[in-house]
Amino acid sequence: MSDMRILIIEDDQEAAAYLIKAFREAGHAADHAADGLEGYALARDGDYDVLIVDRMLPKMDGLSLIGGLREQKVETPVLILSALGQVDDRVKGLRAGGDDYLAKPYAFSELLARIEVLARRRGATSGEPTLYRVGDLELDRLAHEVRRAGKEIPLQPREFRLLEYLMKHAGKVVTRTMLLENVWDYHFDPQTNVIDVHISRLRGKIEKGRDAQLLHTIRGAGYMIRDGAR
Amino acid sequence: MTALGKLLRTTVFKLSLAYLVIFAIGCGLLLGRVGLTARLFIDEQTAETIDAEINGLSEAYGRGGIRRLVDAVERRSRQPGSSLYLVTTFAGESIVGNVAEISTGVLETPGGSEITYKRVGDEGAAHPAVARVFVLPGGFRLLVGRDLADREALRGILVRTLLTSLVWLTVIGVSGGAFVAARVLKRVDAMNESARGIMLGEMSRRLPMAGTGDELDRLAHNLNDMLDRIAQLMIGLREVSDNIAHDLKTPLTRLRNGAEAALRVDAGDTERKAALENIIGESDGLIRTFDALLMIARLEAGSLTESMTDFDIGAAARDVAELYEPSAEENGMTLVYAGEPGLVVRADRDLVSRALSNLIDNALKYGKSNNPDATSDIRVETRQVGASVEIIVADHGAGIPDAADRTRVLDRFVRLEASRSAPGSGLGLSLVAAIARLHKGALRLEDNAPGLRAVLALPASVQTPTPA
Repeated sequence: MSDMRILIIEDDQEAAAYLIKAFREAGHAADHAADGLEGYALARDGDYDVLIVDRMLPKMDGLSLIGGLREQKVETPVLILSALGQVDDRVKGLRAGGDDYLAKPYAFSELLARIEVLARRRGATSGEPTLYRVGDLELDRLAHEVRRAGKEIPLQPREFRLLEYLMKHAGKVVTRTMLLENVWDYHFDPQTNVIDVHISRLRGKIEKGRDAQLLHTIRGAGYMIRDGAR
Repeated sequence: MTALGKLLRTTVFKLSLAYLVIFAIGCGLLLGRVGLTARLFIDEQTAETIDAEINGLSEAYGRGGIRRLVDAVERRSRQPGSSLYLVTTFAGESIVGNVAEISTGVLETPGGSEITYKRVGDEGAAHPAVARVFVLPGGFRLLVGRDLADREALRGILVRTLLTSLVWLTVIGVSGGAFVAARVLKRVDAMNESARGIMLGEMSRRLPMAGTGDELDRLAHNLNDMLDRIAQLMIGLREVSDNIAHDLKTPLTRLRNGAEAALRVDAGDTERKAALENIIGESDGLIRTFDALLMIARLEAGSLTESMTDFDIGAAARDVAELYEPSAEENGMTLVYAGEPGLVVRADRDLVSRALSNLIDNALKYGKSNNPDATSDIRVETRQVGASVEIIVADHGAGIPDAADRTRVLDRFVRLEASRSAPGSGLGLSLVAAIARLHKGALRLEDNAPGLRAVLALPASVQTPTPA
């Protein structure tokens, strides 16, 4: 995914400048608003793929800004950035109309991965496909079946959900915390390599005896499932 | 403030005075009532005596007219007593009787009234009396009365009694109040003195107790307990600050070293990259430590209501166990979950999962047996014990042999010597303990002989478990 238009609403000039530069390097265009009111005006009138909103902003706080946009039927996906990183803050942010939540300080790779997954939602048309396909790997969501080159691979329920999430975002980086949040519904960092071990188990099952690797580890970021042959 | 002024301002003294006033009013009312009753009784007696006199005299008058009456009056006047008699002409001239002078106008109005009079041969002041006047045919007037000296004397006695009582009451009340107030004040002063000492920094001082078990002692006892708790917290805080300084300075030093290494002129690209990656790693570690600290602080300050739900603790524990199961296997350990089905707790699911994840993480780090033949099972159990639901993580590692250490390790940043070199912040168990406290539960560490048994007890939900 490239060429997203991102609006960063953040009062810290230095942080915003860093983000704009980093997004540009990743192939996206980013605008910046330094306070809540300016951000609100830009977000309402501009055609952005995704908004990054700091919770604490001068003139209008982040949550009010999101609430205001949602009232005006502006449904641009929003990622909330906050220095307050606790569970209840995340819940409040999502309740106010945010789509995702990231606590400061964060790794840019984490922010980028989340933004790319968020922005896609907007383009997604009605409903999810019932069959995901990456290379010769197929996942049938209705039959709960995974096949590689037509041969069924038996998976544990959790492994199935893990693969389902990876394949839903095929071609995109998925971070460990995204997997924890979406596959296990945990909003904490277990601090050990638990996810890596799950991934290597899954990899063992779906790539046993295959040359073409589909499930890739992206160093310092997370994982990506993609058809290497393409 | 002077000592006396202080004494007079004490609550005890003021209360004593208020009580004294109420008591004095009570005394006054009692004596007043006694006086009134006695007076009514005396008045009645007087009226009866006068009636009897009049009956006798009217009999004499009926028998022999005015002459007989005068004789009778003369006879009776000579007898000593408090009865008064007077017979006058229509012009008011005294014919016979023992009354020399009476208040003017008494004789003109027939009927009974209170008068003042002077006896015959009496030079002193006029006396009070009750008298009745009759007008007889021919303009003669008859006055029959009775001296009220007895009544007045009784009144005097009562008034004097009241006044003396009041004086004594005041003296005793004020001095008693002052005595009690002084005693209480002495103890309160001692307490104040101690409190000032504590405020000035003598943190080990405690409020004195008289050992009487009264309300002041109980107050002092509770305040002392409070001071103990505060002292404990202060020691804890100081330890935490020391530990923060140590545990954050170490990674900060490494971080700084890494930055210097990256800046070195002769460093190659790969070296620089590695140094920068190390810096990011150290920063992430610091961020995690800060997050954990903030989290503990918020958990300890906060209360949960919104995020509480009823959920099956067995299923939640199984989920966390399942998350760690592959890691355990990779570590050469087995993670077994065994739990009673259908146990429901009312809690924040994410926090409880986080607590359990910390406990399992610890078991993975420290729970491996040194004896290669021994079992390296980690058992995760859930069970109901009374009104609590216990989540147990038991390992077969080195454990914590010392019971004091098992308590101490729950404190912030405490890392036992044996594990100082292993990675970790020393906050994991503190966080679990904070989560337990927030749910009004508790975290206990027990000896699993060998190994460690961590027991996280949470109150069971009052709701009946939903059938699975």
